[in-house]
Amino acid sequence: MFTTLAVFAPLAGAFLTLLLRPFLSRNLAVGVSIIFIIISAFCGVVPAVRHLIIGAPDQTITLGSFISVGHFAANWALQQDALSLVMVAMVSVVSALIHIYSFGYMSHDRTMPRFFVYMSLFTFAMLMLVTADNLLQLFFGWEGVGLVSYLLIGYWYDKPAANAAAIKAFVVNRVGDLGFAIGIALIYLQFHSIQFDHIFAASGAMVDAKYTLFGTQFPVLEVIAVLLFIGAMGKSAQIFLHTWLADAMEGPTPISALIHAATMVAAGVFLVVRMSPLISLAPGAEDFITIIGSATALFAATVACVQTDIKRIIAYSTCSQLGYMFIAAGVGADPAAMFHLINHAFFKALLFLAAGSVIHALSEEQDIRKMGGLWRKLPVTYVVMWVGALALAAIPPFSGYYSKDVILEAAYAANSQAGMFGWACGNIAALLTAFYVSRLILMVFHGAPRAAPEIMEHAHESPAVMTGPLVVLALGALSSGFLLDRPFVGADMANFWGSAIAAGPHGSILLAIEQLPEWVAKLPLLMSLAGLGLGFLFYVTLPAIPVALAARFQSIYQFLLHKWYFDEVYDALLVRPSWRLAKFLWHVGDDQMIDGIPNGVAHLTSDASTQAIKMQTGSIAIYAFVMLIGLLALVSIFLLVR
Amino acid sequence: MNDLGFPILSLLIWLPLVGAVAVFTLRGTEANVARNASWIALWTSLIVLALSVVLLAKFSPSVPGFQFTEALPWLPQLHVSYRLGVDGISVFFIILTALMTPIVVLASWRQTKRAREYMAAFLLLETMMIGMFAALDFLLFYIFFEAVLIPMFLIIGIWGGERRVFAALKFFLYTLVGSLLMLLALVYMWHNAGTTNIVTLLHTPIPVAAQPYLFLAFLAAFGVKAALWPLHTWLPDAYAQAPLPGTIMLAAILSKMGAYGFLRFVVPMLPQAATYFEPLMFTLGVVAMIYASYAALAQTDMKRMIAYSSIAHMGLIIVGIFAFNIEGIEGALFQMVSHSLVTAALFVCVGVLLGRGVSLDLSKLGGLAQRMPVFAVLLVIFALANMGMPGTSGFIGEILVMVGAIKVNFWVALLSASGMVLAAAYMLVMVRRVLYDNRSQAIMALPGDINLREAAMFAPLVLLVLLLGVYPGLVTHLLDSSVQSMVQLHLAALQAAPNHASTHLAMVTK
Repeated sequence: MFTTLAVFAPLAGAFLTLLLRPFLSRNLAVGVSIIFIIISAFCGVVPAVRHLIIGAPDQTITLGSFISVGHFAANWALQQDALSLVMVAMVSVVSALIHIYSFGYMSHDRTMPRFFVYMSLFTFAMLMLVTADNLLQLFFGWEGVGLVSYLLIGYWYDKPAANAAAIKAFVVNRVGDLGFAIGIALIYLQFHSIQFDHIFAASGAMVDAKYTLFGTQFPVLEVIAVLLFIGAMGKSAQIFLHTWLADAMEGPTPISALIHAATMVAAGVFLVVRMSPLISLAPGAEDFITIIGSATALFAATVACVQTDIKRIIAYSTCSQLGYMFIAAGVGADPAAMFHLINHAFFKALLFLAAGSVIHALSEEQDIRKMGGLWRKLPVTYVVMWVGALALAAIPPFSGYYSKDVILEAAYAANSQAGMFGWACGNIAALLTAFYVSRLILMVFHGAPRAAPEIMEHAHESPAVMTGPLVVLALGALSSGFLLDRPFVGADMANFWGSAIAAGPHGSILLAIEQLPEWVAKLPLLMSLAGLGLGFLFYVTLPAIPVALAARFQSIYQFLLHKWYFDEVYDALLVRPSWRLAKFLWHVGDDQMIDGIPNGVAHLTSDASTQAIKMQTGSIAIYAFVMLIGLLALVSIFLLVR
Repeated sequence: MNDLGFPILSLLIWLPLVGAVAVFTLRGTEANVARNASWIALWTSLIVLALSVVLLAKFSPSVPGFQFTEALPWLPQLHVSYRLGVDGISVFFIILTALMTPIVVLASWRQTKRAREYMAAFLLLETMMIGMFAALDFLLFYIFFEAVLIPMFLIIGIWGGERRVFAALKFFLYTLVGSLLMLLALVYMWHNAGTTNIVTLLHTPIPVAAQPYLFLAFLAAFGVKAALWPLHTWLPDAYAQAPLPGTIMLAAILSKMGAYGFLRFVVPMLPQAATYFEPLMFTLGVVAMIYASYAALAQTDMKRMIAYSSIAHMGLIIVGIFAFNIEGIEGALFQMVSHSLVTAALFVCVGVLLGRGVSLDLSKLGGLAQRMPVFAVLLVIFALANMGMPGTSGFIGEILVMVGAIKVNFWVALLSASGMVLAAAYMLVMVRRVLYDNRSQAIMALPGDINLREAAMFAPLVLLVLLLGVYPGLVTHLLDSSVQSMVQLHLAALQAAPNHASTHLAMVTK
């Protein structure tokens, strides 16, 4: 009941806003969608809290039939296990806060109701995704959030950069979705069902099943898990399919917070956790997930260290943090992945919205080299941004500390090569994370103001409608770690997650982390502190160092600044050849080769028919004539052969 | 006769012809004739639409065979008769034809150049197409199949664009060559079974040795109609040169005639040959999809881009049909229905722009989203449906074909799914070029958003596209028993006469 309301209230809000827009004022129309999203948030939190306290999962609600062809059958349904309830609560609450914030942030926008309709639709699609009890509905939500993300990245459609970024986001995601869709088809082929409970019940029996690809026999579960993960890589912007996320920052900042930090990009992690009963039986795929996650965590953190656009720094940080979640999911510590997902949603939404507050105050300036000395002007933003930064840097007692610590310990405890790789990358990335986030805050808020004086003059703290949600999120970033530690990854873990998350063949790896040596448990915190210290050293004590380093190691600096040249390589290897191929196929393939022969014939005939047209009244006569001959031929042939 | 007590199929077929005759006898000033012709055509087509809805309502989905059958002796000594009937497969095409005709009439509302002949041609087209889908006699089918060409040829040749004569001739020649080969196949099958009754033909085995030749003949006829690569090049020219309502008809209904032919004749009547040529058909389908998608990406004209996209989707339909399983064939059928709705709607969008005197050159368009917000929403919805976005009808067909194809071959499924990525690329490029980015002065001076007449064309299309996207059961429910029996018959036929052919061109590995 509550869940149904929570899922459909945003949809109703979107439609009402759309329908009432001609009759209401702009603010009232927007108010409708805000009221509905608050209803949704309330209804989303109640079942999650009830589950947290009572611990009894609710039944799946079936809304109706979606599709049924052969065995390919799925329902529209709302699943209410722990995993779904947690996600519903997080998504609806974060979305509600960002709706409220946007009321202030977008108040100068000409088409503000359109913005809110998109955001409410997004929330609906995301909630459908997390409550699906089958792969098809999940895919519906998956593509739905991708679509709204496309629409919102290109929200300011006068900007060519925004349009290009929107298309890029959609197409890159589609590449991932290709893997996902084939994965769904392959699951159907093997399991004759796309219902989660059927799939998971039969997974154990499929361990030895093989599938032939490239002339080699692969375990079918490995193939399926890798295909699904390719989908997750696209959505969660993992290395190789990450290029769209930074460009997506062309969209309005609340969108970056909602879609490209807290919720949609986490859908990939959610998918992997949701499918954990299957993926945990595919050790090869799990290693693949860990390695990709580790590489992303490290890669994105290095890039974030040198970027100068405030939103792009946070965007690369998002990539990196999602990498951590995949490390956890890959080593079988799925509850830790979920723990980090929830914590990250709060502190990353907070960081983005705080960045939005800064951008708002500085008349849309996004370059941190043109900021500085803002802390007196924006005291609330300053404080909450520190909260977000410390949570991201994993400093206790802020939330990131709890989850990142568990992830790195689990990676070490996995005792595998992939796990070790994840542990090493994760620790280095922890240092870089603390470094880039302190760099960000110090350059934005401290030092001498570098913005133009007239802009500094106008800089002001945001209105309460914007700072209110910031404070709420800051409380979340402060408390979600120790509040959720026990049910998510602590003593109550098994009870809380129930059957929603597979424990893996040898029991949960999280039970093994208690026996780790002391230094393993302490190392991430030391790395984070070192990163913070380095940040202070570089940007407060000795600001000449970063400049000297950039000049001394010019090639490395350029390599990082250009994000490891992924965009350039893709452009040269994929994008431009595609365009050339397209032009070639059209002009040479169609116009010259395939059409060459028939056109020759056509010229001959059209000469003949020109004559015929002159004789008769029109070309219809020829056709009727041919028809007649055809019928005559038909009948005579038939009579002959008979 | 049938349970309704009146020959509903004959009524559906010949009513438009009555309308056409009525239109043709109109006299008076040109403006008067144009107005009256439009109204007669609209009312005739709306009555036909209402009748087709009755047909759908009375159709019982659980019966696998043909319903509403009618039979009159025609050439009794040759065992040829006037025989009509529908099953779950053909009923949708009749509905689609009946739905598209009023839309097309509305789209031609401002037609003044020889309006009488124009409206009559479209009503004639409706007669021929419904007749073709309802025919249960091969000879009758052949006559309707060929006769469709007459009005279409006139429509392109008289009311088309600059190179209309070239396009009309190309269309005509391609189709004619294919049809003549089908005629030979028809004669053989007539001889083999001693009748042209399709129901009998369905149950008369054809010698395995003869099947490949018949298959190739059918491939020529239906492949051209379905614009199967590499027989597709007539399509972009015909689509581009036809007047817009003609393009809608070509894309929505005529392109389905080929796929319908494959399902009605090739798969059930030539099971061994169909299996033997399965790898070839998969290859053609997959190549069509990728090739046409790339070609679409290069187009600079909105109409031609949609035309190439249409070819790509026909490739997907072929893959679905030749997967020979319930998921694949229902997916192909669903995709046909969806493709009709979506492509028609995209061409209606083109018509809206043409009606405002806008060039279709993608490099000259842009910024329409601000001037025409409702139009923008509709164009985005149809573009999304065209690229298979879940929640629209396009997705259901694609995922079903993919699921059907993976049962046969992983690579076929993967390559046909790659059309998904390419479709997203060219459709989003189109949306961007038309709606976003630069705003030229000329476009900002356009008359406003869509009007009531245009809304009336869009409304059924957008509703169906979205409704079928969330509740595809509306269509698949009616298809189930027909497709199931078709698949079972196909498998039974293969088992009854096992041959080595099925593994011969072994691209297919399990």
